[in-house]
Amino acid sequence: METTVSKSSTEVYDSATHLPQLLLELKEAWRYRDLVLFLVRRDITARYKRSVLGIAWTMLNPLGMMIILSIVFSEVFRVAIEGYPAYVLSALIAWTFFSQTSSNAINALVWGGDLLQRIYIPRSTFALSSIGTGLVNLVLSLVPLIAVTLAIGIPLHATLLLSPLAMLMLAMFSLGVGLLISTIGIYFADVVEMYQIVLTAWFYITPIIYPLDILPERVQAAVQFNPMVHLINLFRDLVFYGKIPPLETWLLCFAVSLGTLLLGWLVFTGKSDEFAYRT
Amino acid sequence: MSLPTAPEIQTAAATLTANGLPVVELQDVTVRYRVPRERYRTFKEFAIRRVQGRVQFEDLLALDGVSLQVFKGEVFGLVGANGAGKTTLLRLVARVMRPTKGRVIVRGRVAPLLAMGAGFHPELTGRENVFLNGALLGYTRHQIEEKMDWIVDFAELRAFIDAPLRTYSSGMMARLGFAVATAQMPEVLIIDEVLSVGDIAFQEKSAARIREFREAGATILLVSHSMGAVKKMCSRAAWLDHGRVMAVDQAEAVVEKFEKYMEVSS
Repeated sequence: METTVSKSSTEVYDSATHLPQLLLELKEAWRYRDLVLFLVRRDITARYKRSVLGIAWTMLNPLGMMIILSIVFSEVFRVAIEGYPAYVLSALIAWTFFSQTSSNAINALVWGGDLLQRIYIPRSTFALSSIGTGLVNLVLSLVPLIAVTLAIGIPLHATLLLSPLAMLMLAMFSLGVGLLISTIGIYFADVVEMYQIVLTAWFYITPIIYPLDILPERVQAAVQFNPMVHLINLFRDLVFYGKIPPLETWLLCFAVSLGTLLLGWLVFTGKSDEFAYRT
Repeated sequence: MSLPTAPEIQTAAATLTANGLPVVELQDVTVRYRVPRERYRTFKEFAIRRVQGRVQFEDLLALDGVSLQVFKGEVFGLVGANGAGKTTLLRLVARVMRPTKGRVIVRGRVAPLLAMGAGFHPELTGRENVFLNGALLGYTRHQIEEKMDWIVDFAELRAFIDAPLRTYSSGMMARLGFAVATAQMPEVLIIDEVLSVGDIAFQEKSAARIREFREAGATILLVSHSMGAVKKMCSRAAWLDHGRVMAVDQAEAVVEKFEKYMEVSS
């Protein structure tokens, strides 16, 4: 039996001399990047392992939702948008990414807390891995989106190639929101449930299933304060309308998502020592 | 698993001290949990009370000005009644929490044998779980790949490693967890209670593994309620009571004091 003595640079942990929390957590999260990767892989493989269709469910889910919404809105409410199924689907997958990743970040932290009580891992690991899982799912759901777009006779646009930029901003925004809510969740487990209701309301004040211009002008102005409006529109412009939004839109989206991420990271890392104190 | 017997414990501490800095060092460490006197489970309840200024906190000192030094190669025992602060102390060393006051220094990698099989997922194969569990313990992917063969052989799971974990018996899972946790020698090994892993043969094997670590110079922190185990395995020990260190000395002497105290108080 071999015993390897890890002589390689003895790591020293000193509770007193530490970098500012926000930098330390960044450094540690990078050191544990393999863990984030394995958590993503676990979430994706484990979820579908015993189902017959497996990973195809990631694509079938939004498709089913799209069919229902298309029937309800184009047949029952008579919303007149050309190519409505693709219109809905393009925003729906972006929204699903946001709602799932932000609430998964909280769930993993609040209910996976047992692990954090026993071993050291960077506190942001769960939030980061839920973003990773979400991104994989988002990319996979581009497949049904492209299929639907072609099926209803709309040509594909080259702007689709720019959509990773929009996804990146969505990811930054979602991570920021997930971290903010998680921090509150340390103190009050109720927030997890509350957030689900907030998400439902948020869904309806974002033009996902309806076009923005059906709202009264007064409301339209108010809705501008909802960051998801801009992020969803950016994504939809690229993958559905095939137009490149003006520079202001890009800058606005980038500023909002970076700002949210920084705020979330700052608040979360500032409070992350409290986790162990709350049992 | 019976841990390594420590027969030839010279009055070790003093000689070891000469070899340099302590591996684990606590300097005047205090951990204060701030617990609301009543429990507010909901936000609404808390908000109302808070506004009324009626939230009262109670300070719970889990550790109160604790200073300790553990040196390289020592098997150091922690004894004390329930709630004495032993687990909190281990958490500090394992980096799970930061002290409210004072300073904790750990020189080297810590392997807490408190989280064997952490994050195991029943639907993943044994091999996939090794990667996940290893990453949770702070190994890089590269390190795990290197150790994979050793882990599989040590856990005696060569034939089953690519089967989903849900098909494993609890003994098989425990073996796999132990193998991952001890794949690489840590500088500090944390053991809470004498652990029993798998059947008798494997218990001996795992005890041998820990003995190997000790002989190679690893430091072991052991928490146990079994005074026999502490006397048998530890060179030195500390007795904690209500967050304070009551004694630090040779294991025999500390256990004696502790037992005397317990008899008197009961």
